[in-house]
Amino acid sequence: MSDLTHLTISEARAKLRGKEITAAEITEAYLAAIDRANPVLNAYVTITADKARDMAKASDARLAKGEGGALEGIPLGIKDLFATEGIHTQACSHVLDGFKPRYESTVTSNLWADGAVMLGKLNMDEFAMGSSNETSYYGPVINPWRRSRVDTVVMPTTHQGDGGFVSAGGTKTARTLDNAQLVPGGSSGGSASSVAAFLCAGATATDTGGSIRQPAALTGTVGIKPTYGRCSRWGIVAFASSLDQAGPIARDVRDAAILLKSMASVDPKDTTSVDRPVPDYEAAIGKPIKGMKVGIPKEYRVDGMPEDIEALWQKGIAWLKDAGAEIVDISLPHTKYALPAYYIVAPAEASSNLARYEGVRYGLRVPGKDIVDMYEKTRAAGFGREVKRRIMIGTYVLSAGYYDAYYLQAQKVRTLIKRDFENVFAAGVDIILTPATPSAAFGIADEDMASDPVKMYLNDIFTVTVNMAGLPGISVPAGLDGKGLPLGLQLIGRPFDEETLFQTANIIEQAAGRFQPEKWW
Amino acid sequence: MSVDLQTVKRVAHLARIAVSEEDAERMTGELNAILGFVEQLNEVDVSGVEPMTSVTPMEMKKRQDVVTDGNKPADIVANAPATEENFFLVPKVVE
Repeated sequence: MSDLTHLTISEARAKLRGKEITAAEITEAYLAAIDRANPVLNAYVTITADKARDMAKASDARLAKGEGGALEGIPLGIKDLFATEGIHTQACSHVLDGFKPRYESTVTSNLWADGAVMLGKLNMDEFAMGSSNETSYYGPVINPWRRSRVDTVVMPTTHQGDGGFVSAGGTKTARTLDNAQLVPGGSSGGSASSVAAFLCAGATATDTGGSIRQPAALTGTVGIKPTYGRCSRWGIVAFASSLDQAGPIARDVRDAAILLKSMASVDPKDTTSVDRPVPDYEAAIGKPIKGMKVGIPKEYRVDGMPEDIEALWQKGIAWLKDAGAEIVDISLPHTKYALPAYYIVAPAEASSNLARYEGVRYGLRVPGKDIVDMYEKTRAAGFGREVKRRIMIGTYVLSAGYYDAYYLQAQKVRTLIKRDFENVFAAGVDIILTPATPSAAFGIADEDMASDPVKMYLNDIFTVTVNMAGLPGISVPAGLDGKGLPLGLQLIGRPFDEETLFQTANIIEQAAGRFQPEKWW
Repeated sequence: MSVDLQTVKRVAHLARIAVSEEDAERMTGELNAILGFVEQLNEVDVSGVEPMTSVTPMEMKKRQDVVTDGNKPADIVANAPATEENFFLVPKVVE
């Protein structure tokens, strides 16, 4: 019973359909795990226990009749960016205080229609702006992973079973966990932390510059950002509309495929939702990759990248080669301009999208001497520092006289970034392999990053190109660094070719194995 | 390009965010760090390059011009901080 939370979605699905377990049992197991862990990890900002129990009961009734949907009885966590009817939806911002939408986002509607159970709303960086989940109004999320030190100790007598292992010479290596709290990445830090710590079977997340893939990499979980237009953006609090995409964070590649199949749809309510049927992503898993052409972009080898990450990348290349793929060196010459272009385009769109928070229609209102004073005081009190910073940058680059120099230039560079990828795919490359992040998880309140916003932005250096080009990208755990922290590899595919991502990510997963944190919480 | 304190205050007003003298000074430094970082875009040759307007090559979807939703004023004002008879209440705007 205690391990119901450790079942993957595909395992739980089989047991639920086979009536070995009930949706009520697995839901209770998760609620109990959340009760114990959440005071420490701070992954959930709202726990919807009553709703979860009601939904589980309804799932059990459907399962009993053999009518269950694709996710029947599977307990999920929902990022606070998704509108959930009558339930806390604040993008983890103070400015949306008390907001309970009267409607449901298309992505979450799709999940409930398939029988999923909602456990609660997950913590995130305020308005999805951040790479460490430290900008949340509800405080930082803690990564269930901690650094560890490996010691070799001489054993007086041989014994086993306390977490170490016995070597032939009578010595034992013991891993000692460090106490330092680490960030789970961001902005979907609550999603990544809760999936890694077994506080939900899977989670929804969103990715504007790396907010699914970076936290997935930092927590040893799988995260996919699908092609722009694959998941409806309707009912998702907007950050940068030309870049935002929803996707899942899950414990393995198959689970990510199952979740994306349910989340994705063609939606008349989102004009950028693409009219293409959603394929059965799960069917791609297990297919061989023999003859597939894998591109290795030389521009992703950046100065100061830790050796562990370079070594992991080489391992990934070797695994795909062993599986029969053809490895080719490629060049994406405008890679280094993606992050600076992003920090014009995304804040510009954000400054426009966030204009709606003015204390009139929803959320916080701080009284003022007139209406403009009320707007200014409400927004000053309601937005956190990072959000204000980005609104200010966006307002500045769109202001009279600067539009051409900044915004127009960035949008032209964006065309070139996309063209780089188009050229590579036109030359026959099927998929691109890169590291997911330039480092493993870092400490809460890292001083370097706190003193220089650009340092924090560099976390997204490998992921942001994918958003700028609208492509699908997946982060898959591939190993641990010298301190025992998970690292991820990223695969980038052609537009709407998520199937090849799942197929190839599964090869990496098979070779690397799966990773879970040692429980300390 | 860089911004000075006066520009930061002007932009804050455009963005409708009240800033104290201290906030404005801190933001000047932060904004200049970011503007310094994005400066490198100027070295890219963009002659003849069209600015991106849509990342996916698709035509904007159009729908029939018919009413598909509505008649729910109570839902629309439900989350407002101040309302009266399904209207949003704001401080006096017109004298």
